[in-house]
Amino acid sequence: MMITAGIDVGAKTIKAVVLRDGDIVGKAMTLAGFDARESAEQAFSSALAQAGITVDDVQHVVATGAGRRYAPHAKGDISEVSSAVKGVIERHPAARTVIDVGAEEGRAIRCNEEGNVVDFALNEKCAAGAGAFTEAMSRALEVAVEDLGSMSLTSTNPIPMNAQCAVFAESEVVSLLHARTPKQDIARAVHDAIASRIVSLARKVGFAPEVVLVGGLARNVGFVDSLQRALGCAVVVPNDPEYFGAFGAALAARNV
Amino acid sequence: MPEYWRWTEQRWHDQDRDWHDGELVTAGVDVGSVSSQAVIVVDGELYAFASRRTGSDSPESAKRAMDWALEGTGMTLDDIGFVVGTGYGRVNVPFSNKAVTEIACHARGANFMYGPSVRTVLDMGGQDCKVIRCDERGKVTAFAMNDKCAAGTGRGMEVFADLLAVSIEEVGELSLQVEEEPPPVSCTCVVFAKSEATGLLREGWPKSKVLASYCSAMSHRVSTLLEQVGVEEDFAITGGIAKNVGVVKRLENEIGVKALKTTYDTQIAGGLGAALFAQNLLRKQRGAS
Repeated sequence: MMITAGIDVGAKTIKAVVLRDGDIVGKAMTLAGFDARESAEQAFSSALAQAGITVDDVQHVVATGAGRRYAPHAKGDISEVSSAVKGVIERHPAARTVIDVGAEEGRAIRCNEEGNVVDFALNEKCAAGAGAFTEAMSRALEVAVEDLGSMSLTSTNPIPMNAQCAVFAESEVVSLLHARTPKQDIARAVHDAIASRIVSLARKVGFAPEVVLVGGLARNVGFVDSLQRALGCAVVVPNDPEYFGAFGAALAARNV
Repeated sequence: MPEYWRWTEQRWHDQDRDWHDGELVTAGVDVGSVSSQAVIVVDGELYAFASRRTGSDSPESAKRAMDWALEGTGMTLDDIGFVVGTGYGRVNVPFSNKAVTEIACHARGANFMYGPSVRTVLDMGGQDCKVIRCDERGKVTAFAMNDKCAAGTGRGMEVFADLLAVSIEEVGELSLQVEEEPPPVSCTCVVFAKSEATGLLREGWPKSKVLASYCSAMSHRVSTLLEQVGVEEDFAITGGIAKNVGVVKRLENEIGVKALKTTYDTQIAGGLGAALFAQNLLRKQRGAS
């Protein structure tokens, strides 16, 4: 029996996954908050508690994510690109393109049947290509961020959004609201804007089916809809999309 | 709830001048995405101006700026012979006679404010950043612009002022109160720089140091745009951020060129250039009749 764990320290959330012989027996997510180290410890402890084990039962821990140096007990680390692909291929062996959109980064990754990374493109410089954009927009629209997706699906009117910047888009949203543009149309435009940025990343690496979407933004049904339309193909969204980085790291820990 | 991003709206008119003596009375209205200026020129001299925040309605913003510029002067819109509109809202100035691009107007305005020796104008406006090369008459010879990204724009600075709860007009001076220049924030993106700054504050960085770090990143961002076009001296800065000594000083250090100074309000460059274009057009109009 082998027990391993993966900890993904993201910009906004920290995910921990515990595997026993390849099965997920514990998983937890915390906000990164003020103290990433403490939050990572908390996520890890929660996952262990769920699995009904202690840290001593874990053979190896591997970390990933932008803040991976804050992960407790980690013996090694792997990149977010590697961990996402490892995690996805395990559950979706037919995946050839992995799109991973988190709070602050968007990634498009091409992989082959062996599950190896062939090419990847990142957006790590601009908030408009990541979840931070929807957070800013939900504030401007005065809508809870978790409702933004379903609200945008009720839109029947696509409107162009000029701003390619989350800061400018906020001002643009204010003007649109003044002009009485329905909120759902604005919400849809916001998702279309992010999707178009993600698709340009995907085009850089050349996407091919199956296209699997992971990361926190995969929970946003509005974004998924916009992405499918922009890509012109179906996108597979697994359950618990935000855990795939930690899952991939936990899988990598089996080979340490 | 204090609004740290809110800069003071300005108005001014020449109290020692009787505009009735003037032959050519013209005006320029620059409606930007963040601020609007109305500038009145009488026989080639600056007579009055007003700078206000642009609201959600462009025609309304143009009118508000114009009304305020006229206030206390005894002048009305009918006394103005020609009005040129500029800025992104230039087609929405209902009382204007013609629209001229803000690039042309900024070059012309800078030529007036800084003198005919100016060859490179950096306009750091509310939502865009422009580098304009011009000749001794203020005619545009080249330009580059960033209007897609908040880094290097007034809006970016407003976000930071708000985050740090420092009045935007004090940001520059405060950023210079550091013993040693800190490294610039690593993210040019304003949204990410905000998160980074929050982390720095938590680590105990004083506000002055965080602002120094951000001004440094901003001046670096702008310097790359300047390099695209090339800086030929004399170099001058217009727009609201020209008033931010923190960015200006660091930029001068980075490009190794000092910017010319002016006593004019740097936010009126576009409107002033527009008013001067209006004067030329009025002269031609009268010459033709």
